[in-house]
Formats: sequence, C-alpha cells, structure tokens
Amino acid sequence: MDPIHQFQIINLFSLGKLGNAEIAFTNSALFMLIAVVGLTLFLVVGTAGGRAVPTRLQSAAELSYEFVASMVRSTAGSEGMKFFPFVFTIFMFVLTLNLFGLIPYGFTVTSHIIITAALALMVFFTVLGYGLMRHGLHFFNLFVPKGVPIYILPMIVAIEILSFISRPISHSVRLFANMLAGHIALKVFAGFIILLGGALGAVGWAGGVLPFGMIVALTALELLVAFLQAYVFAVLTCIYLNDAIHPGH
Amino acid sequence: MADGTQGPGDRKQTPDDEAALSARRQRLGERLTKMSRPSENGSGPRQAADASAIARGFRLSTELVAGVLVGALIGWLLDRWLGISPWGLIVFVLLGFAAGVLNVMRAAGVVDERHLDD
Repeated sequence: MDPIHQFQIINLFSLGKLGNAEIAFTNSALFMLIAVVGLTLFLVVGTAGGRAVPTRLQSAAELSYEFVASMVRSTAGSEGMKFFPFVFTIFMFVLTLNLFGLIPYGFTVTSHIIITAALALMVFFTVLGYGLMRHGLHFFNLFVPKGVPIYILPMIVAIEILSFISRPISHSVRLFANMLAGHIALKVFAGFIILLGGALGAVGWAGGVLPFGMIVALTALELLVAFLQAYVFAVLTCIYLNDAIHPGH
Repeated sequence: MADGTQGPGDRKQTPDDEAALSARRQRLGERLTKMSRPSENGSGPRQAADASAIARGFRLSTELVAGVLVGALIGWLLDRWLGISPWGLIVFVLLGFAAGVLNVMRAAGVVDERHLDD
C-alpha cells in the first residue's frame, strides 16, 4: 500500500566492513549484477554465431549496436566513435535497469538518485578530463563565446561556467525523477483498486476496473519512458562528449 | 513556370514544366531542411531526443532548476568561506538563474549551441 516501499534498499548479505561503514550486497546491487550478467550474455551469445543471416538474438544485438553507433556519429561526429564503448555501456546499462524495474516485484535501480548521479558525474569528469588532456587550457574556450563585447564578458563567462557545472544535476535528476514518478504513479493507482474493494465490497471491486485500466495504460507509457530516458541520457552524454572533442568550434 | 503566364490552376503542363517544378520543389525542400536544422551536429538528434512532450517539458524544467541550484550552492559556499554573506548568495543566485535560462534556451534549440558567431 505504501507507494514508496518499492524503493527500499534491503541488505541481502554483508561483504565486510570498511571502517565503521558496512559494505552490504543490497537488492540494488543484485539487480545491477543481474543486468550486467544478462547484458553480457545477450551480447556474447548474440554475436557468437556471426551468421550472414542473423538469428533473432543476433539481429537484436546488431540493432542495438547500430542504433547507438548512429547516435554517437550524428551527435559527436566520427571522432566521437572512440567513446562508443562508453556510451554503449551507459545506454545498455540504463536501459536494462529501467526495463527490469518494470517487471513486477523488480527493483528500479535508476530510481535512486545516487546511481544516476554517479553515472552523470562519470560523464562530467570524462568530459572534463578528456577535454583538458586533449586541448589543454584551450578547453576553457568553451566558456568564452566569441564575438561578445569585453565589458559583459566576465558575466557571460560566469554564466557559462555555472551552466557547465549544472549539467550533471539536470542530467541525473531527469532520469531519476522520471523513473521515480512513473513507478509511484503505478503503485498509487494499484492502491486505488485495493482501497475501493476494501471500502465498497463488490461494487468497489467492479469500480476497480477503472484504475486497473489506468495501470495498463501507465505501464505502456512507462515502457516508452524507460526506453526514452535511457536514450536521452545517452544522447546528452554524446552532446557533452562533443564539447570535449570540439570545444568552442 | 518560368514565364509566369501559367497559373497554378492550369492543368495543361508540358513535361518540361513538370520537371522544372519538381526540381524547384526539391531545391525548396533542401533549403527548408537546411534552415530548420542549421547544424547537423547539435539540433538534429536533440529534437529526436525530445520525442514525447512530457519528456520535453520535464527536460526544460530540470535544466532551469539545475542552474538556479548550482548558483545558490556556489553562492552559499562562497559566503561561508569568505564571510561575505549575503553578497555571494545574491550574486550567484542571479547568475545561476541566467545560466538556467541559458540551459533552457539551449535545450529548446532557441539559441544554437555555440554557433552564435559563425
């Protein structure tokens, strides 16, 4: 009945202690492990045959490769393809976690902001690190738009820097909030059925058809959101990486 | 329809005219696509990313909030470190708001990503 209950972290077993903090294997970690193992199996088994006429699994694996590759090429250019493994991993990982969250009794790992923030910060520091390594201090030209009068330049640079720093926040919050809100909405509508049935008896159970129809519709929407948010996360990763490859082009 | 004597309703078009018309249509189509997406790099996939209206609205609101939050956080930290309260917060919340608006405009494709000058 509690719509938040589904996001509870449960320690499954302990892996030892680091200082005073316990390192526990949680249900979140379990689902991440399942996702990684499942993804690896999917790709390894899918590409093992290497047939000219692909099987269904091989076709799915090739489709996901083609999809991400065309996304990286169109967003970050052909130079961005050196980041393809990174983007592909992020996209498939987030997509799998989102989809696993939709399975009944599943746990939605991406509905915890710590996970999405960790991913977004990884992208942020990759952009920063690669940009500095590749362009040195010229990377900071990113913050200095050309053709701006000198007297408002300090303010513009400050705004650009703040805009750059705010990226990981909007990057992570978007994925996390979408997953959280969708799953809460599902649980709330499911709760309506129980409430109606409990309060009105047979009439209530019959009336429960309405929220049930809503759940069916919402589940379809959530499927779309799960895919879309993984895609948006990956596209934004590419757009940010593009800044590291071509700052101020 | 180079001579301009044939109206748009005129059905007696020679094959020549039709070829010229289709060539013009194609050129117009090319110009339109070029104008609607000025850079193949930035705005094309970004529009595809905003496939659903909810996602688009959500994206824009988080962009604005993120800018203001970062500004407020930096201002607050500066206040604490330098003891210039409340000036850091005032200045950086305003700057953060501007950054948020800039984020929103970039996300919406109103200002093209870093192509202001060229």
